[in-house]
Amino acid sequence: MIALLMRDLKLAFRAGGGFGLGLAFFLIVTVMIPFSVGPQSSLLATIAPGVLWLGALLACLLSLDRLLALDWEDGSLDLLATAPLPLEAVVSLKALAHWLTTGLPLVLAAPLLGVLLNLPGPGYVWLVTSLVVGTPALSVIGTFGAALTVGLKRGGLLMSLLVLPLYVPTLIFGAEVARRGATGMETTTPLMMLGGITAATIALLPFASAAVLRVNLR
Amino acid sequence: MTLIVTDLAIARGGVPVLEGLSFRLEPGRALVVRGPNGIGKTTLLRTLAGLQRPLAGQIAGAEDTIAYAGHSDGIKPTLSVTENLTFWARVFGVPDIAPALAAYELDDLAQRHAGNLSAGQKRRLGLARLLVTGRPIWMLDEPTVSLDVAAVEMFADAVRAHLAQGGSALIATHIELGLDADLLDVGPFRAKPRAVDDFDGDFL
Repeated sequence: MIALLMRDLKLAFRAGGGFGLGLAFFLIVTVMIPFSVGPQSSLLATIAPGVLWLGALLACLLSLDRLLALDWEDGSLDLLATAPLPLEAVVSLKALAHWLTTGLPLVLAAPLLGVLLNLPGPGYVWLVTSLVVGTPALSVIGTFGAALTVGLKRGGLLMSLLVLPLYVPTLIFGAEVARRGATGMETTTPLMMLGGITAATIALLPFASAAVLRVNLR
Repeated sequence: MTLIVTDLAIARGGVPVLEGLSFRLEPGRALVVRGPNGIGKTTLLRTLAGLQRPLAGQIAGAEDTIAYAGHSDGIKPTLSVTENLTFWARVFGVPDIAPALAAYELDDLAQRHAGNLSAGQKRRLGLARLLVTGRPIWMLDEPTVSLDVAAVEMFADAVRAHLAQGGSALIATHIELGLDADLLDVGPFRAKPRAVDDFDGDFL
């Protein structure tokens, strides 16, 4: 199992592996926002938590269509399905590798980009906390979407349409934690909800992903 | 491990292609699957490997015993030959990849990125993967595509060595490998078109 994780990480960091794609997109979005909405720092401070969360979510979405499609195209997925690893473990490890190469860099970059958007001082801790708790759900839900559309040529659009509604609860509660944190309000309730969503998706969705993958491999 | 297939019926894309197929594959034996294009040889191999469900019939002895090699080799172009093989060896829990490299004369290419290999070299790497699975039943779909004469001989030697160790192989191929193999012609098992029974007489 470690072998699969290490291979995916290695592939992501090699040329053409797509590491940094999401990060670059996140950077572009947050750098461009002040240009488009104007330099009023109070306005930027108000929208910063939401913009950072939306940027992270879209950056995550951008890298999803490579998650299983590459393995499907070169036949690795067939071979993995006949290997001793259960498919549930395969999709869980794929999701973990995706989070390590996409979600974690976003979490680490978010505070730096918060400066550009004039995020208020108390907001940084809560922004990072909400992203740490929320982004694993984005990877796991995204793996499910990738499993649903594996084998479809140009399945990216369909996957985005399927995945985006599932991302909404994470976005609502994640951005709410960051917004409340930035304005000095109580954050416990949305943070609990966010953690609950993440825990539930991690516990349940790998089984669903493996099931749809079995159907799609036929 | 004996593979026993009884009265198997399989479908591709929802259309039945083969039915009533029964055979046994004993340890140490090779079975060459023959049949015209589109008869369902690939579908048969995928079904036996557990990638899809049969329509009917039983497959015994296929659980965790089959190493499947399809049309694509599952090779990552940005990993080296060694890294590709080591990955599969670790997935299947086999410690050493040196015999597999040697069997297909890949030693000189070991540090090369798989993306820079020729089609025949990629195929050799794909076949070398079978040697690091440690599985007793090989299920090979057109294994000799893009191999030259020398590489076909390497492949035949690898199969012979595998059979000598008590393994078995099911090979869908159209070329003569020089193996002491039984022949399974799936042509006579072509599924008969079903009679359409939704004719609505009352409608007329």
